[in-house]
Amino acid sequence: MDAIRSFLAMGGYGAYIWPCYLLATVVMVGLLVVSVRTARRREGELDRLQQLRRDRPGRRRRTAIAEGSNP
Amino acid sequence: MHRFANPARFLRLANVALPWLAALAVLSLAAGLYLALFDSPPDYQQGDTVRIMYIHVPSAWMGMFCYTAMAAFSAMALIWKHPLADLLARATAPIGAAFTLICLVTGSLWGKPMWGTWWAWDARLTSMLILFFLYLGYMALANAFDDPGRGARASAILALVGFVNVPVIKWSVDWWNTLHQPASVIKMGGPAIDKSMLIPLLLMALGFQAYYFVVLILRARAEIAAAKIGTIRMAQVHAAGQGD
Repeated sequence: MDAIRSFLAMGGYGAYIWPCYLLATVVMVGLLVVSVRTARRREGELDRLQQLRRDRPGRRRRTAIAEGSNP
Repeated sequence: MHRFANPARFLRLANVALPWLAALAVLSLAAGLYLALFDSPPDYQQGDTVRIMYIHVPSAWMGMFCYTAMAAFSAMALIWKHPLADLLARATAPIGAAFTLICLVTGSLWGKPMWGTWWAWDARLTSMLILFFLYLGYMALANAFDDPGRGARASAILALVGFVNVPVIKWSVDWWNTLHQPASVIKMGGPAIDKSMLIPLLLMALGFQAYYFVVLILRARAEIAAAKIGTIRMAQVHAAGQGD
């Protein structure tokens, strides 16, 4: 128990050291989570849009013309 | 669809690299944290506060590395009009800003017990704060225009002009009398710190670097998907307009 307490105390500097590690963890994990979720959401939306275009062949030709590819 | 030919190749490569980079980040951060917190000695002058270094110094390196990468990508985007370069610059900015924020706050938490102050308008600290504002300005400018092309151009120019700050940060401790201590790792004649501290420091730096590439790939994937969604939406609007 004393070992844990003295580890957490960090020679009296625990109040400065632990917030540093906490902040780095929160910021880095937070950015990672936001980035994963944004990538998933946008890739999901893109899949849905592409699926929609495949399911409606009537509109596909028109879209192809609009995109500038040879009909 | 040749416009996305290069991003498609990038995506294939990135998705192969992603799990390896994630594993490298987890392993080196786990080993680095263990050594930093349990198996490295307190400093003879700074006591246990030296453990702040294992977060503070690698995040400072990453803050400068990310800005350098962002400026390089911006130069490529301006010169060769490579669509991927612009997208990678935009994906790098928030990662660099996050590392710079960590550096500034941990520096402040280290400054209070060692220098007796949370903040000083010293050359190193001020130039690092400017770096943080440059990241914020870049992100604001990149999203400020309705036309994404104009936003990309304006922010790329800002990234290049702001790059002058990076060497100022690096050598500020030599050019001016500062409160901040001079370099002890990346300097002429090799590092001046003991192996027991250098190894955890380098492991943390490696972990941060791998983390950068993981988040960069994820953000680049989101940007590529957004660009494709934009193209499809535009084509739909165009097709609907022709139908009327």
